[in-house]
Amino acid sequence: MSVKQLTAFIENRPGKLRDMVEAISKADVNIRAMSIADTKDFGILRIIVSDTEKAKAALAEICVTSVIEVIAVKMSDKAGSLADILDVLDKAKVNIEYMYAFTAPANNGAYVVIRVNDNKSAEKVLRENSIEMLSDSEIQNL
Amino acid sequence: MSNYYQPEIETASREKILEIQNEKIVKQVRHVYDNVKYYRDLMDSKGVKPEDIKSVDDIKKLPFLSKEDLRIAYPYGLLGTDLKNCVRIQSTSGTTGRRVVAFYTQKDIDIWEECCARAIVAAGGTNEDVCQVCYGYGLFTGGPGLNGGSHKVGCLTLPMSSGNTERQIQFMMDLGATILCCTPSYAAYIGESLAEAGYKPEDNKLKAGIFGAEPWTEEMRLSIEKSLGIKAYDIYGLTETSGPGVSFECEEQTGMHINEDHFYAEIIDPDTGEVLPEGEKGELVFTSLDKEAFPLLRYRTRDICVLTRKKCSCGRTHVKMSKPMGRSDDMMIIRGVNVFPSQIEAVLLKEGYPPNYQIIVDRVNNSDTLDINVELPPERFSDKVSDIQAKEKSLESALRTMLGIGPKVHLMPPHSVERSEGKAKRVIDHRKLHD
Ligand SMILES: [Zn+2]
Repeated sequence: MSVKQLTAFIENRPGKLRDMVEAISKADVNIRAMSIADTKDFGILRIIVSDTEKAKAALAEICVTSVIEVIAVKMSDKAGSLADILDVLDKAKVNIEYMYAFTAPANNGAYVVIRVNDNKSAEKVLRENSIEMLSDSEIQNL
Repeated sequence: MSNYYQPEIETASREKILEIQNEKIVKQVRHVYDNVKYYRDLMDSKGVKPEDIKSVDDIKKLPFLSKEDLRIAYPYGLLGTDLKNCVRIQSTSGTTGRRVVAFYTQKDIDIWEECCARAIVAAGGTNEDVCQVCYGYGLFTGGPGLNGGSHKVGCLTLPMSSGNTERQIQFMMDLGATILCCTPSYAAYIGESLAEAGYKPEDNKLKAGIFGAEPWTEEMRLSIEKSLGIKAYDIYGLTETSGPGVSFECEEQTGMHINEDHFYAEIIDPDTGEVLPEGEKGELVFTSLDKEAFPLLRYRTRDICVLTRKKCSCGRTHVKMSKPMGRSDDMMIIRGVNVFPSQIEAVLLKEGYPPNYQIIVDRVNNSDTLDINVELPPERFSDKVSDIQAKEKSLESALRTMLGIGPKVHLMPPHSVERSEGKAKRVIDHRKLHD
């Protein structure tokens, strides 16, 4: 089970990020999770939203976007749960490109978005190890 | 053994050529000063008098003429004789700014056609040849110039003008054309069309082609030579100085001999205007030594090339110019290396990037920096920073191979490189602000 991540290529220029966030909120879309990777020249905005297609359309005028599948896992309350997840993926030889965390205040849940090189293998081992993954519809209802 | 159209002058000793030039320049400067008010004013404001010019060594004292001067003086401001003495005009296509209109007396036309005749003979032409001229006829100098030269050599001349390739091929085959004169791109197209019509290179009687009026590469020469089964010769000229035939290639194909008895060539630093020594790359400047109607002195061609007086195996003694490498208005010198935006653009296109880019030159700690902002096509976008950085590295390496110096590439989101209404502003040189 994977979820859609909207990715946008943005200029490192004041106001650019604000424009994007504004456009998404004007389209009545909620941002569930966000991470920005940036270099001196550009930034890559990665967001999980309540409605990916709507957000993509809202950003079309402003920047280049792409949609990819990432894995969002729910973390249990006990210490070391993230380490356990990473260990499972590592043993299955799944490489992690990047990851970021977010919380959902409504249900006090903590989640981690993981971008891997091989979604299928990752989903398989996570399922085998009973690690809970979010679906797109669950994201919408968070 | 080479053939020459005018052997006594084409193979004259350097001393003899210099003697002719010195004699002509004194007369020519006087002629221009007395008849062309526009240039007289330029000389006066520079404090140069005709009597200051005693030999070609003194040409460097004269003011330059640029394309901008031609615009200002349009149409009659640079005319060197009464209109009643003129018999023809030719004109440029006028793609940038106002068109250039050049005037000719009958003597000017005779000399121009002689220059073209030298080119045809250098390519092996004799009165037994059939010369097919498919440069455009009319205002463009290509057709009339080569047509006249072909007459002077005594070739049977086919005044085809450009276009109608089917008819070109029919005349070429039916009348056994042996020499083809046109632009290199049209020659390539004719070669392709011949092959499509089922002809092999050996089926035609062509032995040589004289191709000019646009820049072309050695790769293109080889491909034309192969497809037509000929030897392909370059010819150079510009309407401002008469037309094709200012210089032409001999059988050695290592540069074009400039007809130095009619044109004095200099290479200058395009920024400072200083004359550069032989062998150095710079902007080509021509002084017409004997034109009557449109006698331009020190005309800046904006073409970048190199001159060499190294002895040529063909026996000609006139200086040779390399194929022009680009326009001077575009050239940047970065860490001592000449860089043209066109080279950068060629690499970008070859690597699959759009021609939306900006070149930024600066000087940091006394060393030049070259940064290139390039838009990343949407289909190449990735959510991973490392992917985009790898694309930058690979583009940097392709550019380094081409330019000889390493630039820093910055991939940018589409539409982030500034657009302009008119001519794109491709280069931002911050060094000029510091100096
Ligand atoms: Zn030669």
